[in-house]
Parts: sequence; structure tokens; C-alpha cells
Amino acid sequence: MGPMQRSMKRSWLNGRVVAIAVAGAMAAVLPFSAANAAGDSAGHAIERQEWSFGGFTGQYDQAQLQRGFQVYQQVCTACHGLKRVRFRNLAEPGGPMFPEAAIKALAASWPYQISGELDDQGNPIDRLPGPADQMVGPYKNDVQARAAQGGALPPDLSLIVKARTIETHAPWYSHWFHMLVDIVTGYQEAGADYLYALLVGYHEPPAGVTVGDGMYYNTAFHGNQLAMPPPLIKDAPVEYQPEAGVKATLEQNARDVTAFLAWASDPTLDTRKRLGWQVMLYLLITTVLLYLVKRKIWSRIEH
Amino acid sequence: MSGISYSSYKPTTKVGKWMDERLPVGRMFHAQFVDFPTPRNLNYWWTFGGILSFCLMAQIVTGIVLAMHYQPSGEMAFDSVERIRRDVNFGWLIRNLHAVGASMFFIAAYVHIFRGLYYGSYKAPREILWIIGVIIFIVMMATAFMGYSLPWGQMSFWGVTVITNLFSSIDSIVPGLGTTVVEWLWGGYSVTGVTLNRFFSLHYLLPFVLAGLVVLHVWALHVVGQNSPMGLDVKTPSDGVPFTPYATSKDAVGMFAFLLFFCWFAFFLPDYLGHADNYVEANPLVTPPHIVPEWYFLPFYAILRAIPSKLGGVIAMFGAIAILVLVPWLDTSKVRSTKYRPLYRWFFWLFVFSCVALGWLGSKPAEAEYVFWARVFTFYYFAHFIVVMPLVGWFEKPLKVPGSITEAVLAKNKGAAAAAPAAKS
Repeated sequence: MGPMQRSMKRSWLNGRVVAIAVAGAMAAVLPFSAANAAGDSAGHAIERQEWSFGGFTGQYDQAQLQRGFQVYQQVCTACHGLKRVRFRNLAEPGGPMFPEAAIKALAASWPYQISGELDDQGNPIDRLPGPADQMVGPYKNDVQARAAQGGALPPDLSLIVKARTIETHAPWYSHWFHMLVDIVTGYQEAGADYLYALLVGYHEPPAGVTVGDGMYYNTAFHGNQLAMPPPLIKDAPVEYQPEAGVKATLEQNARDVTAFLAWASDPTLDTRKRLGWQVMLYLLITTVLLYLVKRKIWSRIEH
Repeated sequence: MSGISYSSYKPTTKVGKWMDERLPVGRMFHAQFVDFPTPRNLNYWWTFGGILSFCLMAQIVTGIVLAMHYQPSGEMAFDSVERIRRDVNFGWLIRNLHAVGASMFFIAAYVHIFRGLYYGSYKAPREILWIIGVIIFIVMMATAFMGYSLPWGQMSFWGVTVITNLFSSIDSIVPGLGTTVVEWLWGGYSVTGVTLNRFFSLHYLLPFVLAGLVVLHVWALHVVGQNSPMGLDVKTPSDGVPFTPYATSKDAVGMFAFLLFFCWFAFFLPDYLGHADNYVEANPLVTPPHIVPEWYFLPFYAILRAIPSKLGGVIAMFGAIAILVLVPWLDTSKVRSTKYRPLYRWFFWLFVFSCVALGWLGSKPAEAEYVFWARVFTFYYFAHFIVVMPLVGWFEKPLKVPGSITEAVLAKNKGAAAAAPAAKS
């Protein structure tokens, strides 16, 4: 073994030691950086949650979507519509996948009617929704909603998870690192993390904070004062079917309804990620093959 | 170096010969994309030209499909985008490819521009080639800006409001003119569906203008020939290799590697490069707390806000792009490639750092500390062009540049060959 070989071996070893050290350091730093990266709203950190649909491989959990729909139906529908979702969507793959018959029954028993259509005489009518109709809310328009809600407008929830995010406040020297980690891990769940934090974020206001009339103190909401009364109740959570085998708690309700609304915002997520991996595999193999072709061609000349 | 005159094209079929005597399209393409001599030492940074052509074509194809389903009206735009995401077969895919594609187009363009700056690809005789490139960049930005207005979300609406309002600063030179320009852009007295409609029309038009500009850009490139990492031109036949199969095979590798990156975002992070606020339908009565443009405009947005006067900010922002036109004459160095410029190299990376820093600052609220740093980096952004480029060119002693591409390649390989046995001993 010549000196060169030995030194090469040593440098290879050193390289490995360095790699392990770097990986170890990153593992040690990561939890802290994740905590730093977690956004905050008026000093309250919003923590990232584990979601079955999170990251670049995550998919929706059908049972969770069904439970989440139950929470939506029993709680949220009192004020909020879900107009971009149609009843039939609830039966489609990648969603809660309720049986077709259940969807028909659900639409027919929906508490709100479809309005704006005309009968044969040209008179405006209200009618019961069918599977192809939108999941409308209680109000016919925003003016009616505001009038009923003391001036506040309960938004339609079809896109609520996509329309919310967590503001990150990482300093300049670590900002790029958090970006890199989020890109590599495929983090897209800021909206779900925020919504969950909001649903479990109702508390008594701290001493010295006065909450306005008709407002509620919430740690996740920007400015901490929110017109929506606490939708989920700690002592009386939405009870699940016994066969679901899941204990009903406020946190479980919040988690499930957030997952359901995440699906409502992004109903093609399962297909998207599955197709994504097929595309990545195809591209990876093609890139390697093209690289080999290129190397063969360029081996004809010095370059 | 003109590749246009020479062609090894020999039509073999009757139809080919018949066509060649009437309209020699095949001969032209054969000369430009098969015989065209490309430097034998190009690195992968040179594959971004091809990648950019792909990006433009991909945006046009996905855009045409989207336009079949999109409704450019204030009442229908937002809903129609949601219909595309939910109800159109593979609409979610086409829409993600188009939205993410815009960002990818800019990533590739920025790599391409910095490549040109590093290797001195703007210097004689490539001034016109460079200037056409700057025009392409400007038209690209206009196209992207109008494209972002189309989903008609909150950020679309308020982005359009803020940026179009900038033209009202002309009022401080010619009273009334700025207001007139803004009303003319809006098609009314505020941003409405009318504005959206004309932006859609222009957003559909400009990509074809871009395609025309790209033809001119490639034409100019094929007249003067490609620059190389050493900043040397192809002077003798041994300096170059035929475009096909050499450049084509390397471009294909670069393009597929880029597609891997592209698809990672399109499939796994489709919203990462956008704003959550744009999933809220445009509402003229509710201003979002934090109006930010798309990431690729952030450095220029930081420059805009760094200047205390509105008109000054607007001039600085547009000046930051326009100054690129003058780069061929601002750089006084006799040497093209930064590889051989030991002093300028430091300033180049400082410039890159400034651009990234401005991008980060552009995403932050206009608060005291951020504005201070935005001013510092804006100062360097302009100083780099106006002071550093001319002065360093005069004072710097460049390293010795190889006599030719062939000489450099053979010397490098000889060096590697000499080192190889030592490693084996």
C-alpha cells in the first residue's frame, strides 16, 4: 500500500466522519430550527402537526375524512357553506368515499336549499339539492350572512386550508435552511397547521387584555380577537360512531375536521402525489440513460 | 464565426431534393442545429438556453389548454380556475404545470443571465445578442405579471393595484399624465374586471412576441457563435464540435435534470412558490395586511421601496433592469471570463449575494431595519455596474488566458493524465 493510497483511504474515512458529524449536528439542530421556523401570531407559536396527507408521500386517511365530514356537518354548517364541493365529490376516490346511496340521502336531507332557479312559469324557486349540487351554506348571499351574524362574515370553507398559512420569522442567516428543509420534505401543510391551531386556540384572555363585545380570545388568530365563537366544545365534543374506534375529544374533532377541509381545498392530492412519483421515476431513469448516452458520445473527443 | 454558410446537408429523397431547391428549410435547420460548431468545452450552465426554450413552449402549450377553460371576467375568473382544479380532467395538473412553470422559467432565466455575466457573454461581438436577451427578460416579466392577475385572487388584485399605481408617480413630472396613464391601463377609475380582461388579452399575446424575440436571440447567437467557459470563441475547426450529437445530447441531460426539479414542485409543492392569499377571491374592499409580488420580482420590489421618493423608487426599479443594456460597454476588461479575473470574481459573488439579499428583503415588510439593508444592497446593485465594472476592468491584472479552446482542453487533459499515474502508484 503506497502512501498515496493510504492517504486516500484516510481522506475517505475523514470524509465519512465529517458526513456523520454533519448529519449528527443537523439532527441536533433540526428540532430547534423547526421550533424557530414555526410561525407565530402575537407571540404564540403555531406548531406543525403530523398529518396523514403531509409531506411528499402523504395521502388522506379515508376514515379521518369521514369523521371530519361528520364534524363539519354537525358544527360548521350552522354558519359556513362549502360551495366548491359537490355532494357527489364525497363519494369520489381520494375523498371520504361515502357510498352513493348515502350521498343521495345526504343531499336530499341537507338543511339548506338551492335557490336562484326558475320554475316553468319563470318564478324563482328553492329546491332540495341533489348529488350534483353544491354544498351550500345557510345564507343566500354575503349581505344576508352579515345581517345574521352581527356584521361578521363566515367565509365559505371550500378553500380555507389553502387560503391560510403560517408566517415564518426565521432570521436571514437561517431562512434559506428552513426553506431547503421544507422543499426537501415537501411541506405544504401550513394551512392545516394554522386551522388546527385556531380551532384549539380559544382561551381565557390573559390578565390585562380586554376582549371586544361579541369577540373571542384566540391564540392563533391574528390580533387574537375573533368574531367566531368557539365551534368545538371541550366537554361536549362531536361523538363518533362507536365502530370508528376513535375517542371524541376537542383536539380529535379539530384534527379530523381540518383534514376534511384540507381535502375540500385540494381534492386531487392523492392522485397528484401518486402520479408525481411515477413521473419522478420516469424522469430519473431517462436522465440517467441520457447521461450515459451523452458520456458515450463525448468520449469520442477530448473535452 | 458564421455557421450559416456551411451545411453538410444532402437531401436523399426526391421530395427532399424538390423541397431543397424551392424552400431549403431542412438545409437551414441542418446547418443551425446539426453542423453548427459549438465549443467543445461547454459546461452544464450552457444547457439553460435550451431549457428556457422548453419553458416557453411548455407555458404556451399549458396556457392554451387553460385558456380553453378559463373565463377572463371579474365575476367568473376565480370560479373558473377552481373549476379547472376540481372538475376539468387533469386540470389540476395543467394548472400546476403552468403556475409552477412560470417560476421555473424565471429560475432558468436567472441562471442563464448570471451565466452570461460570469463568463462575459455580453462582450463584443455579442452586444446585440445580450440586448435582445434583456428585452426578452422585460417582456417575460410583463407576461408573468399579467398572468399572475388572472386567477383574480386577493394577491392578484392587490398586486395589480400596487404595481399599476406606480405609474401615477409620473404626475410629479407632468401633472395629470400619470393619472391618465393609470386610468388607461385600468380601463376605468379603478382595477376591475375590465383590467383583468385586457391583461388576459395581453397575456395571451406576449408569449408569441417572446417566441419571435427568441428566434432573433438564437439567430444573433448563431451569427457570432457561442462563448465558452474560458471566454474564447471557436476559431479553428478543432475548437468546436457539431451541435448534434454533442450539444444536443448534453442539453437533453440538462433538460431532464431540470424537469426533475420542475416536477418536484409541480407535484409535491405546487403552492410553495405562490401565496395563500391568492386562494381568497379578489375583494376591492379588503386590503391584505402584506402585499408581496411573486418571488421573481422581489429584488426589484426591494429596490422600489428602498428609495424614499415614489418617483425615484419607480425610476430605480426600472433602471435596475434597463442598466443591463449598458453592461457590454460598462465592463472595460479585455478578458471575458471571470475565471481569469481574480479581483472581479469577488465583486461578482458580492453582486449575486446582493441580488439574493434584495430578494429576501423584498419579502419583508418595509420596516426600518429592512429598509436600511435594502438601501445598502440597492446601492451596491447599481455601484456594481456603474463603478465596479468600469474600474476593476481598468485596474485588474487578469490571469493568463489560454490561446485557444483546443489548447486549453488539451492542457487540462494532459495535466489530468500526468496526475493520474501518481494517484495509482
